[in-house]
This record gives sequence, C-alpha cells and structure tokens, in this order.
Amino acid sequence: MHNKTIAELAKGLRSGEFSSVELTTAFLGRIKQHSSLNSYITVTEDLALQAAEAADARLAKGDAELLTGIPVAQKDIFCTEGVKTTCGSKILDNFIAPYNATVVDKFNNAGAVMLGKLNMDEFAMGSSNETSYYGVVRNPWDTNTVPGGSSGGTAAAVAARLAVCATGTDTGGSIRQPAALCGITGLKPTYGRVSRYGMIAYASSLDQGGPMTRSAEDAAIMLQTMAGFDEKDSTSVDLPVPDYRAGLNNSLEGLKIGLPKEFFGEGLNSDVATALEAAINEYRKLGAQVTEISMPTLKLAIPAYYVIAPAECSANLSRFDGVRFGYRCENPADLTDLYTRSRGEGFGKEVKRRILMGTYALSAGYYDAYYIKAQKIRRLISEDFKRALSEVDVIMGPVTPSTAFGIGEKIGNPIEMYLSDIYTIAINLAGVPAMSVPAGFANGMPVGLQIIGNYFAEDRLLNIAHQYQQVTDWHQQAPKGFE
Amino acid sequence: MSLTADDVKKIAHLARLGIEEQDVASYAKDLSGMLDLMTRMSDLDTDGVEPMAHPMDQVQRLRADAVTEQDNREKFQAIAPQVEAGLYLVPKVIE
Repeated sequence: MHNKTIAELAKGLRSGEFSSVELTTAFLGRIKQHSSLNSYITVTEDLALQAAEAADARLAKGDAELLTGIPVAQKDIFCTEGVKTTCGSKILDNFIAPYNATVVDKFNNAGAVMLGKLNMDEFAMGSSNETSYYGVVRNPWDTNTVPGGSSGGTAAAVAARLAVCATGTDTGGSIRQPAALCGITGLKPTYGRVSRYGMIAYASSLDQGGPMTRSAEDAAIMLQTMAGFDEKDSTSVDLPVPDYRAGLNNSLEGLKIGLPKEFFGEGLNSDVATALEAAINEYRKLGAQVTEISMPTLKLAIPAYYVIAPAECSANLSRFDGVRFGYRCENPADLTDLYTRSRGEGFGKEVKRRILMGTYALSAGYYDAYYIKAQKIRRLISEDFKRALSEVDVIMGPVTPSTAFGIGEKIGNPIEMYLSDIYTIAINLAGVPAMSVPAGFANGMPVGLQIIGNYFAEDRLLNIAHQYQQVTDWHQQAPKGFE
Repeated sequence: MSLTADDVKKIAHLARLGIEEQDVASYAKDLSGMLDLMTRMSDLDTDGVEPMAHPMDQVQRLRADAVTEQDNREKFQAIAPQVEAGLYLVPKVIE
C-alpha cells in the first residue's frame, strides 16, 4: 500500500480494497519500524486513527475528496492546534499551538489524516537538518548522509514511505534541496500562492510552503489543496487557483528550455552534470528545444540572500522573548536577563549566527550598505529571471552541486554550507516557482533536476515534470530496505 | 571586513541574545566570513535601482475597520510561562 500514489490510494479507499484506518495503521507501523531515521518529531497516533475513522465515514457517505483518508504529515513549522509545534527548536519545545495554520486547516477540511509533525532544521535555517534540536535526520538512501534541509524530515519520510506525501517550506531551497538529496519531487510555489498564516516565519518575504511527494501528479493534488488566497496572510496573492491536474498530459512539443551557463560551470559535480544531461536529452526526445542562456546576476544571489534572510529573521525571531509562550530561563534577575537568557538558552548556534548577522545588517550606519543594497540586487536578479523567462518557457539546471554529503561533513563550516545553496536561492529572491524532480543517480545517490517557471506557472511546471515521469521511473525507485 | 569580539558582544546585546563567552571568537570569525561574502555585492552598480521588498511589488491590503478576531485571551495565556489575573508576569521593572 505504501508505494501507491494518491490517485491509486483514493481508488482503493473507494473500492473498499482497504479502509483509511487500515492504511493509517500500516503507515504508523512503518514510522515505528523506521524510527531510527528520526524523520518525525511528534507522531500523533491517536489523532490519526480518529481522523481515519472520520475519513472512512465520509468515504462511506460518498462526499470524500481526493485527499480524504490519505495519511500525510506536516513539517513542524506549521502550527497544529493542540499538538506540539516546535519548529525544530528548544525554545518551542513546550509550545502547544493554540490555532491551526491555514494549510493545516485545508488538509483537515479535505479529510487528510495527519500522521505527525516532521523534523527540520531549527527555524528552517540549515541545509542538512543538522541544526534541529531534535537531532539529525538520516537519509534513507545512505543513513550516514544528510537528507538535506531545512525540510529534511519531510524528504526522508516521503522517500522512506513513512507518509504518502508531506508539506515543506522553502526560503532559500528548503523544499527543493532535500527533495533532490532524497530522490523525491518537491515544488516551491510562487511567493504568495500558499498561505503563510500559522507557518512560523523565518524570512517573510521569501518563505513559501509547498508539496513534497513522490510524483508530480501527487504534487498537483497536494498543491490543489494548499494553494489559494488567504485574507489572514497579508502577502497572500488574490488570484484564482487553476486545476493543477488538468494540463498534466499536455504535449511538450516545442517547449523552450533555457540552460543558464552560470548553472553548469565550475563547482558542479561531474557525475551530477552527467545525470542532468541525460534528463535534458529526455526532454529533447519529448520535443523540447534547448538553448543556452545567461543570467549574469545569479552569482550575487548568495550575498544578497545572506543579508535579506538574516535581517528578516532577526526581526521575526524577536517575538521569542520568554514572556508570552515558549521557553523561559530559570530565575531571571531582571527583564533584560529574562530576554537574554531565555533566547540564549533557547536558540541553537545557527539561529544565533543569523540573528547576529541580521541585527548587524539592520543596525544604524549599516542599513543602507547591506539591507538596501541587497534589496536592490534582489530587483536586478528578479529582472534577470523575467527577461530569461520571456525568451524561454522554463529554465532548467541542477538543484545541488553534489549528492547528499556526510553527516558532520559541513556543519563545522557555515560559509561552505551556505555556498551549497547556490542553485536554489535566486529563485526565492525572484519569487518564481520551481521544482526538483528525481533525475537519476550519481554513485548510488539521488540527483534532482530543477525546473524553474514564470510567476504562477505551477501548472506548467507540473505538466513538464509529469511528462518526464511518464518516460522515466526515477521517481518510483525506493531506497533499499524501504521498498 | 572583520568583526572583533567586542563588536559581537555589542550586536548580541542589541538582539538581547545571550551567547557563551567561549563562543564569541567563533561568531566573530563566522560573521566576518559572511561579511566578506557580502562585499561582492559592491561589484554591481545599483544606482537608481528601486529596492525590492515583495516579489509582486504588492502593497499592504487595507480592510474595513471592523472586529474580526475573537477574544482568545484564556487560550493564549494557557501556554504562557507565568500569568496572574489575566496578566503576563515578568520580573519587576519599576522599583
């Protein structure tokens, strides 16, 4: 059952081949069996079984939706009412969310069954899931390697079949990079497409939630539930949501693909490059025309991002002060001591590093030189994307410079870790949607192909990914021991 | 560009963020490394470019001045570290 797609499971639930309670019980069993991956922070077994019973009743009544009765999981960045919501941090270790994120409400309304909350880098700051207070997550393809981050728990859980599909969030690559390293499909939607309400903020002008699944068709089904205007999110975009499955089977004849030469130069592992070339050749066979393009501002994405994201993080994380919720230090001497020690004891090292960086970049005398300069570069980067996407339909490239690296290999060198986000970060600055699609293996480890589209062209990206998945089976392969 | 231990302590104070004395040197090194990365931004001429805050250049929506939220005080205070009589308690601020 655990290898079936959402559409197959929906069919099985309707034909009576199995019930949602049986399906949910099977997944809960797998989660226990593979707990050494550490992909879940909280497993909500009782709530899941209750939701499965309700889903079975709804299926029997005949008013079910596609996700009704399907076992899903939420990245622990999404607030879940009555359920611990940690964001991977000690400072929220005792935080029982008093309300649901809009995304969580949408899954509940669709009748999806939540299995639990997934591990992640602390406050979504990290590229390896090693900054989580709850410990490192292991990549099911090789448990000595990282699953990527920050949605590392999600990627590992979906790849290991410990959930049918799950949510992720992406501020600088946090859906696409772990999806690539764990061999699954991940979609970062256009900024503003999915509500951020109740999704704990890291860098508000970049954060975006999205689906992480095994196939593009599953991603289309999930996004259908997640997307849409939300008046509770002040930056949500009020545009109609198309039917994401309607165009999946459209032909790719005449599709114009641009390959930025800046994406294929020095720094890209040659085995990864070989896998990507083969994937692009598949697209040629499907009728696409491939041209080389140039996006000269891409090289400035990392410096601009590491000003903007920490600046917004330092402002957002000021709410964790030990006063209204979350961790409070013991015996504070005075109010300043309460703030300083609660934050000092509650946050981990990477989060502190970014708060310090952001505080500095926003401080008097440096604001123009860093923050405003970075925002100007951000505009030039987005103009580069607009220009490129007026010449080609989509841009393709790598997601990561290499396959999954070893646990402990890069955590001691933060700058080197930041540089590994080179292919994903510019997309968040521009706000365009992008996907990571399984595109083969290099030395036995998964490789992801990145597909970047124009604003609100999620339907086109899903179509392009789905067509590739009709002629390849990379997305169906399971790590050994998890088949 | 490099930051000293004193710079780091000053920034940590601005952020009301406790850091361990033994970690100050490594923060100074990491932040200096990040600032080095950022100096690359000056390679690009950005005169006359409008700073970008939102990818769609969307402005803040306005809404009617009507009550939309329910009173959730009890629910929110139930998860607070210390409350009394509906108030959040902190160490004494005024002598």
